[in-house]
Amino acid sequence: MPLIQIKQLTKRYGENVVLDGISLDVDEGEVVVFVGPSGTGKTTLLYCTNLLVKPEGGEIWFDGQEITTAGVDLNKVRQRMGMVFQEFNLFNHLTALDNVRIGLTKVKGLSTQAATERAQRELEQVGLSNRTGHYPGQLSGGQKQRVAIARALAMDPKIMLFDEPTSALDPELIGEVLDVMLRLAKEGMTMMVVTHEMGFASEVADRLVFMEAGRIVEQGPPQELIHNPQVERTGKFLGRIGKLHNSLSAAPEESSL
Amino acid sequence: MLQGLIDVIPYLLQGTSVTLSVTLVALSLGFTGGMFLAVMRVYGPPIIRRLAAGYSLVMRAVPVLLVILIMSFVISAIINLPPFWAGSLSLALASSAYQSEIFRGAIIAIPKGQMVAARALGMGQPKAILNVIMPQAIRNAIAPWSNEAAIILKDSSLVYVLGVPEILRRAQYYSARSYEPFLAFGAAALVYFTLTFLTNRGLDALENRIRIPYS
Ligand SMILES: Nc1ncnc2c1ncn2[C@@H]1O[C@H](COP(=O)(O)OP(=O)(O)O)[C@@H](O)[C@H]1O
Ligand SMILES: [Mg+2]
Repeated sequence: MPLIQIKQLTKRYGENVVLDGISLDVDEGEVVVFVGPSGTGKTTLLYCTNLLVKPEGGEIWFDGQEITTAGVDLNKVRQRMGMVFQEFNLFNHLTALDNVRIGLTKVKGLSTQAATERAQRELEQVGLSNRTGHYPGQLSGGQKQRVAIARALAMDPKIMLFDEPTSALDPELIGEVLDVMLRLAKEGMTMMVVTHEMGFASEVADRLVFMEAGRIVEQGPPQELIHNPQVERTGKFLGRIGKLHNSLSAAPEESSL
Repeated sequence: MLQGLIDVIPYLLQGTSVTLSVTLVALSLGFTGGMFLAVMRVYGPPIIRRLAAGYSLVMRAVPVLLVILIMSFVISAIINLPPFWAGSLSLALASSAYQSEIFRGAIIAIPKGQMVAARALGMGQPKAILNVIMPQAIRNAIAPWSNEAAIILKDSSLVYVLGVPEILRRAQYYSARSYEPFLAFGAAALVYFTLTFLTNRGLDALENRIRIPYS
């Protein structure tokens, strides 16, 4: 049974149909990357998956349980789904350590000592054991995003949702975040990732999903979608962001000439 | 003149503890009420939001002195309130309205992502408000809040109409007894100035202490 089953999910904002009957399964250990034009509903799909946004129609099943019915304790559900945001959303008044600790103490009810040990371990895993006492305002974007990943992982999630985790980063900081995600994927974490980092997608993703206007246009193994798309729009879009990606990663070499 | 000051200042200072008590009661109850109203106005269900907004609107539109008079002549006739409490509670009711505006602004200024991230961790809304929103809102609010503290400190003089022996009331006694209104009220002004100055200094220090580094 898939870890996540999304069936005929719909979401509207007023007249604007943002998700138009999305159906999708994500297996345990699978890494699914979502791409598509801006405003297509990728963020909304992730936010609906942990029900931070309530869909109008359809069902979501998580770990064998339907979470879109009444009476489900959503706080319990969200504890088992880690989320990482484009804008990091670290708690600004807390140090890196406290950012990772707060979920453990206030949500999971761990003792301060147990939470501290766990938080230190998670920060070490993302290469930030020397930044535990720093506030978000004292960290670079890449460091902030790694703290955010550590914060989510500390809760022992069954799945991680990433919403454009590197889009707000300076190009030279993208790698350090992708490295952490790569390691996570290798360790077998189930991941739903919205990103336009095609290098990451083709290397790490088990499946690439191309979305447009609230629908899934096409999905499949990344190499197949990139080199042999069945739908013309898929090829056009992937070709465009592929070129953009190449020119971006080529830029540093050019400028150093 | 100097002898007069030496005479009047200690007399007024005996009222300082009353002034500070009124101020402290009004500010702390006003803080609790104001924070509660602000949270209700931002996160409460629609009816509660409107009630809280209405309360704030009415309270801020009515002179504080009028609230004090209503409290002491109308409410005190029903439940027996000593003048000290009638005065302090009136100021607290008024201040809770002003403080609710301060805290509401401070809450709204917090980026949306803070609440979203808290909920994504599995925090319920009350826990998120308590652990993520309020600590940041209070920091945002300190500057306007010290202003409100100074206003309440000065407005505590209004309870003199109820005969509460705070600084102004004592200045008035002194003036009537010594026929030296300039000395009496001038000294009172000096005492208020000193208290307000020290309060603002203290709150500035607090603001610096709990400021979030590099933000
Ligand atoms: N809270 C909201 N209220 C109204 N419209 C929204 C809201 N959130 C997103 N939308 C709209 O939903 C559409 C999809 O947005 P989003 O999921 O962010 O797309 P993507 O992440 O693919 O760029 C957009 O047209 C956006 O304007
Ligand atoms: Mg988006």
